[in-house]
Amino acid sequence: MGRSTAGGRWGEGGRAVGKPRPPQRRPPPPPPRPLRRRGFRAPSSKEKAAAACPAMTQSVVVQVGQCGNQVGCRFWDLALREHAAVNKALLIDMEEGVVNEILQGPLRDVFDSKQLITDVSGSGNNWAVGHKLYGCQYRENIVEKLRKTAEHCDCLQCFFIIHSMGGGTGSGLGTFVLNLLEDEFPEVYRFVTSVYPSGEDDVITSPYNSVLAMKELNEHADCVLPIENESLFEIVNKIHQMVNSGKLGSTVKQNSMITSSTGSAKTAQEKPFDAMNNIVANLLLNLTSSARFEGSLNMDLNEISMNLVPFPRLHYLVSSLTPLYTLADVNVPSRRLDQMFSDAFSRDHQLIQADPKHNLYLACALLVRGNVQLSDLRRNIERLKPSLHFVSWNQEGWKTGLCSVPPVGHSHSLLALANNTCVKPTFIELKDRFMKLYKKKAHLHHYLHIDGMEQSCFSEAISSLSDLIEEYNELDATKGGPRTDPSRLKIAV
Amino acid sequence: MSIVTIQLGQCGNQIGHEVFNAICGDVHGTHGLCSKKENESYHDACKERFFREEESEVPVARAVLVDMEPKVISQTLSTAARSGYWKYDGRSHFCQKQGSGNNWANGYSVHGPKHKEVIMDLVQREAEKCDRLGGFFTIMSMAGGTGSGLGAFVTQCLRDAFPSSFILNHVIWPYGTGEVIVQNYNSVLTLSHLYQSSDALLVHENDVIHKICAQLMNIKQISFRDVNQVIAHQLGSVFQPTYTAEGGLHYSRNPLGDLMEMLVPHPEFKMLGLRNIPQMPENFLAYSTFSWPGLIKHLRQMLIANAKMEEGIDWQVRPPCLGSSIPSSHSTNKPLHFNTSVANLVILRGKDTHSVDLGSFRDPSLYTSWLNPQDAFNAWKTPRSFNKYEKSAALVSNSQFLLKPLDSVVGKAWNMFASKAYIHQYTKFGIQEEDFLDSFTALEQVISSYSNL
Repeated sequence: MGRSTAGGRWGEGGRAVGKPRPPQRRPPPPPPRPLRRRGFRAPSSKEKAAAACPAMTQSVVVQVGQCGNQVGCRFWDLALREHAAVNKALLIDMEEGVVNEILQGPLRDVFDSKQLITDVSGSGNNWAVGHKLYGCQYRENIVEKLRKTAEHCDCLQCFFIIHSMGGGTGSGLGTFVLNLLEDEFPEVYRFVTSVYPSGEDDVITSPYNSVLAMKELNEHADCVLPIENESLFEIVNKIHQMVNSGKLGSTVKQNSMITSSTGSAKTAQEKPFDAMNNIVANLLLNLTSSARFEGSLNMDLNEISMNLVPFPRLHYLVSSLTPLYTLADVNVPSRRLDQMFSDAFSRDHQLIQADPKHNLYLACALLVRGNVQLSDLRRNIERLKPSLHFVSWNQEGWKTGLCSVPPVGHSHSLLALANNTCVKPTFIELKDRFMKLYKKKAHLHHYLHIDGMEQSCFSEAISSLSDLIEEYNELDATKGGPRTDPSRLKIAV
Repeated sequence: MSIVTIQLGQCGNQIGHEVFNAICGDVHGTHGLCSKKENESYHDACKERFFREEESEVPVARAVLVDMEPKVISQTLSTAARSGYWKYDGRSHFCQKQGSGNNWANGYSVHGPKHKEVIMDLVQREAEKCDRLGGFFTIMSMAGGTGSGLGAFVTQCLRDAFPSSFILNHVIWPYGTGEVIVQNYNSVLTLSHLYQSSDALLVHENDVIHKICAQLMNIKQISFRDVNQVIAHQLGSVFQPTYTAEGGLHYSRNPLGDLMEMLVPHPEFKMLGLRNIPQMPENFLAYSTFSWPGLIKHLRQMLIANAKMEEGIDWQVRPPCLGSSIPSSHSTNKPLHFNTSVANLVILRGKDTHSVDLGSFRDPSLYTSWLNPQDAFNAWKTPRSFNKYEKSAALVSNSQFLLKPLDSVVGKAWNMFASKAYIHQYTKFGIQEEDFLDSFTALEQVISSYSNL
């Protein structure tokens, strides 16, 4: 199986963005090509009427490493299903195996085989190899490819990086690319979907890789959506049980499970991780839905960053997606709708092992899609608010969005993003596993012999993580304490 | 005289669209229960105020649409065109792609200066198409980034470019339990800046309108469209043509100017609240009868008890007897919970408006002591009924209506500011802590002024 980085975007051509290059005249934008106009569809009369309005923003997806690419491919599969058309994408690959497979499969038209960076060896589960060695080696190449992709974007708003933390390529090269993106495209948001390793990870050095990567995420990401395989696995099981239990009065609609690929471009057998990866892919689709479709209260990516990140380093967002599946009956009684909201806050719907309800909220965002009204949203906020703990300076810290178009196979859906101290245990565990290895200097030599790696990389990384944990501790200390509001400004009457 | 409407951001554009719909619906959908001549007069006045003729097509709204992302404007344009009764000028809009990210600083300090020329150019063109420009009506929300930030910037530009024109800002107060987490910051920054350039701020609170939808309109599944339609109805009840003088021969030609003159005698007091009764589902209207004494009585009590709608009015609240020694919390002799006014404007539409007794609104005890009671109250009337309501009464009030909401927003914003949360998002775009402090100071001053009425 290959290690690779890959990227993709949707949108149409236009002028370049990013750090200014040596002076050169930019070519005039290409004439509008109808098929590419607003994302994926051919323009309707509505769109033609609004011809003077520019097309929407674009995002570029950068898939790094084995995990990143598998998730990324699920994402593109489902994105195409949502937009029902084919569009160009960029693929940077580290290993030929994955690329060849994709180029022969049903998604072959999506990826432009000219935009590849491949290497046969992989990173040996070593962050230093991914970050320092390959980073250095392929920097020019990657920058070149990224620029080319960005140039095709009329208005590039966001980079999505998908990777895992525990390995070598996704973790090392992925965070290297993150740094690169900040240098080359400082104005463009960087959203990172990071799969954190579980305690029983078979990669022994995953704590090293993860902590080294965390430092980069702390310093260079705008938002991080941590994911844990255990949570995805539990959700997949939960769905299987529901589907097979026969307890439900009605049947589950086939393509409505957030784990399903049915109806997508993929025709081959589903691989074991596909169901789990589909969940993450759905997360990204929901995150960007308000930017792609209309609604009565739009919630764009820059708004997510603005509202959910009160302090620069506290940008870790716990996510949950509900419902996990839709029942076949069309009418959704409001009780079921309310259940969707309740579930979004329950422990077993979160995509990491965390319990936001029993910890402290700094901020919370709810993005509703489909047939849900404003009053349903408001009613549920009022209903759930009393059981949640919000930090004293953000007692009503809700960000809401209403998008008219539901995901395929659903009549409605809800994405909840929480900036909540419930991420702390994940980070503490990570720190503990790191320290267990580090104290004994286990496997350190594999890292230190890489050019550019020093002991200080490790000490700085663990220090960065400790500081982060401390920030969460300080916030937790305020929970449940007496609330004294600061006295107001006095003015001369 | 014509009014140029400027729709800013998602909220501004969605509401603006409903306002023009409501106005058109009123003019075309009903015959006004009055004489044909009266109806035609009304129709003409309304047309001139809000629309212009374009050759053989439907009337074109005198509006400029501005947003920093394209989806809402394109939807607004196409939906309006589909109505068949009116439309927007296809070139009278400006949008970008990225939006403002709910960031006031982004709207004000980045988008504003960057797009000033293009936007003001559109406004200028629309203004020039008016035979006589009556002023500007801007519609925006306070909670987001474009309406609030860019809206504040555009208002400033309007003031600079049209120093003698009237500017009325229609401002949407967000739900108390957030729509946007940084809404209180955005609101504080917006209000303080608008106060400097605008002539008056006409406020609608989402929470209040939502309650009206739920309790008066009996709407079960309330959408933003429902909320916006109620707002549009209320605005229509103020801005549709009226006679401003008793025995007037023609509909008022200067609605914005008249409004400002009557309601904003002092620049420290610019916050206007709006009440409109009756408000009920259309299918109830056939079974309801209204009497002017009843409507006036309710409206007056809504004013002094600060009731947001015609249900749950506190009838215990009474104006003080002047010169009495009722204990109160202020240095003036007004009892607690009593809503003191600077000035009020009542607008009556429909049957028998000429016979309505408005003496109860002229009671000096309703008003602050530093204004002559005769000047503090005005009434506009028209025999032409509005939007299927046989009789309707609107109240535009410069009073303590908005004192509590204002105090609440400033309090929450201050609380957040003390922890410095989110400040880095604003400093990133050029709004510093000192700017926040200036805004807080300005609003505490407004709060103090209204508290001491």
